[in-house]
Amino acid sequence: MDLNFTSEEEAFRQEVRDFLKDNLSEELATKVRNGRDLNKADMENWHATLNRQGWLAPGWPVEHGGTDWNSVHMHIFEEELARANAPRTVPFGLNMLGPVLIKFGTEEQKATILPRILSGEDWWCQGYSEPGAGSDLASLKTRAIRDGDDYIINGQKTWTTLGQFANKIFCLVRTSTEGKRQEGISFILVDLETPGIEMRPIKLIEGGYEVNEVFFTDVRVPAANMVGEENMGWTIAKYLLGHERTNIAGVGASSEALSQLKALARKVKRKGKPLAQDPIFAAKVAEVEIDLEAMRMTNLRMLSGVADAQGSVSSMLKIKGTVIRQAINDLSRRALGATAAPFPSEDVIGNYAIAPAEAASNAANYFNNRKLSIFGGSNEIQRNIIAKETFGA
Amino acid sequence: MDFTPTEDRRMIGDSLRRYLADQYPIEHRNQVAYEGDFHDPAKWAELAELGILGALVSEEDGGFGGAGFDITTVFEEMGRAICAEPMLGNLMALRLYAAHGEAERIEAIIAGAEKAAFGFDESDAYGDLDSITTSASGDTLTGRKTVVYGGHCADHILVAAQSGGGKLGLYEVAAADAEVLSYAMIDGAGAAEIILDKTKARCLAEDARDAIELALDAGRVALCAEAVGAMDVLKVMTKDYLMQRQQFGRPIALFQALQHRLVDFSIEIEQARSITIHAAAKLDEGDAKARALAVAQAKNLIGRAGKLVAEEAVQMHGGIGMTWEYSGSHYAKRLIMIDHQLGDTEDQLRTAMALSDIAESA
Repeated sequence: MDLNFTSEEEAFRQEVRDFLKDNLSEELATKVRNGRDLNKADMENWHATLNRQGWLAPGWPVEHGGTDWNSVHMHIFEEELARANAPRTVPFGLNMLGPVLIKFGTEEQKATILPRILSGEDWWCQGYSEPGAGSDLASLKTRAIRDGDDYIINGQKTWTTLGQFANKIFCLVRTSTEGKRQEGISFILVDLETPGIEMRPIKLIEGGYEVNEVFFTDVRVPAANMVGEENMGWTIAKYLLGHERTNIAGVGASSEALSQLKALARKVKRKGKPLAQDPIFAAKVAEVEIDLEAMRMTNLRMLSGVADAQGSVSSMLKIKGTVIRQAINDLSRRALGATAAPFPSEDVIGNYAIAPAEAASNAANYFNNRKLSIFGGSNEIQRNIIAKETFGA
Repeated sequence: MDFTPTEDRRMIGDSLRRYLADQYPIEHRNQVAYEGDFHDPAKWAELAELGILGALVSEEDGGFGGAGFDITTVFEEMGRAICAEPMLGNLMALRLYAAHGEAERIEAIIAGAEKAAFGFDESDAYGDLDSITTSASGDTLTGRKTVVYGGHCADHILVAAQSGGGKLGLYEVAAADAEVLSYAMIDGAGAAEIILDKTKARCLAEDARDAIELALDAGRVALCAEAVGAMDVLKVMTKDYLMQRQQFGRPIALFQALQHRLVDFSIEIEQARSITIHAAAKLDEGDAKARALAVAQAKNLIGRAGKLVAEEAVQMHGGIGMTWEYSGSHYAKRLIMIDHQLGDTEDQLRTAMALSDIAESA
């Protein structure tokens, strides 16, 4: 066992750092550091920057525009991006649809869709959950009925993240009501310009807009847009959820959030001294740091493929990763005391900042990040997965 | 021993509950709490007419209540409706005016004709009266008070400031004379930054430390009761949701893992109710140290219970609990942000550690 990075890996880290130094603007990094909402152009610009470097979809095979990095490289890359406060890339095309097409798509689908994901011509969003099908995804009801060379889709999807910026959506739809529920589901690609689609924003707890409801009324989609065979959508969904979950561990992002928390605790005062010197608060920060340190190692064990419980490790990382991130958000909000209170758009009144600028969104981020333990398969569902593996039923 | 509320308090509580249910439903609350005046001036006047403000002041000071249990009666109902009216700021101001024989002000506030707020926190002095830097010079004040609850709509701002010689004085500033920067809070309702730059001020007392501590403790007890009211509502919402939401072919309330979580937070709500009663009783007793300890213990427990209830309620609701449209999310926000007001869980823990006999030698 050797827990050190090799000199080749350290050189790679330096290469990533140099790239970020030259290509990530201070303005954008500050926006990310301060927890501000990024606009569409911010996200598109960063997408294009990574694409120019060939680092936009590092997990894809080289032939499709990916890299030959191993899992340690990927880990280093994500760690450095988070450390530099680079925006997270939008995962729906890059980390979700891309891997699905590479595994299940036709040659034509790969040839036409993958390059458009990289170029940014297509912005994909996800149509999975429905009002009546959340944790119990297999109960989804949105119907796709074959009509000649098309499918006609009717139904409703919800929690569609960043759908307001997207021009395409991949959906799980019901193509059969016979047999087991899981066996009547298909995975289909839909152009959001198609007549009969309506996207409505959902306002979130902290006042922001990032998720949407999508309504389908007699939406006609070419049958060629199906990925895989009809009724094999559940297999694809399970494969895709595995990809989504490994991203959710978020070790790099939590590390960066923790160092920001420490900086804030050194800056704000309690009882005349820096909060960082208060034993009660410092103990709580130290505790979450311990948990994060352990998770960093768990994550590396999983990446290097020697962790014991293969199937459920990603569920474990999702639970622990989100709980740790939420604990950091909680402390970051608390560190502000009374000044955490202003509504996020009102943190600077006239010339007066109420909380330090880099921390003014801390309460909003705390509330927003309650989503982490809900989306991508709630932590309750992750526990079910681990329990099923543990008890075999 | 008798835990039954007196007939008078029961009547005040019932009429306030009916009024808020009828006149201040959550849709209305959310309409007024985040924009415009960040509260509803017409409803504030009606609350005054109902006698709610009078219930916060003792008879000898011009009201008809003023005990700890009067405060908890009113604020529990405020919490059930997560009412966005500036009751907390006016409660503390009323206590401070009462302590300094300001009958005229009290009468005007009780009648709903005037409003007041109390500025104590500063950016480097949170829950910390010893670090206040706002100071008096002659008949003026200079400094900045941060997140003054109800400061956005107050006519008078009471200010805790250095009066010289290390003493903490109490001053009154006309809102019209100060720079008042108003904003909505993330959980709704308004607050303001109060900027004082040689601003004309009237001194109520050069040494008001004890009165200020008492007013803040009254505010803390009020917040505890508000949290209990909000938790009761959020618990019912969560229980109803679990019973109604179908997944895997059955109501999710049938999953034992979820049942236990709801039970766990219900136990904490009862603990929170109990310690709030304890602190409310101590508020009226003469022993300042016993009072401060009980209040710190209560607000610490409330902070922990409120966080548990808010986070578990959102989690068990799933995505719906994350939406603005669902009223439960606003209750969850209120519960979390109550902890930030008048000293958080850790601040109360520090106070409780200092005042309890933990560290005394055997």
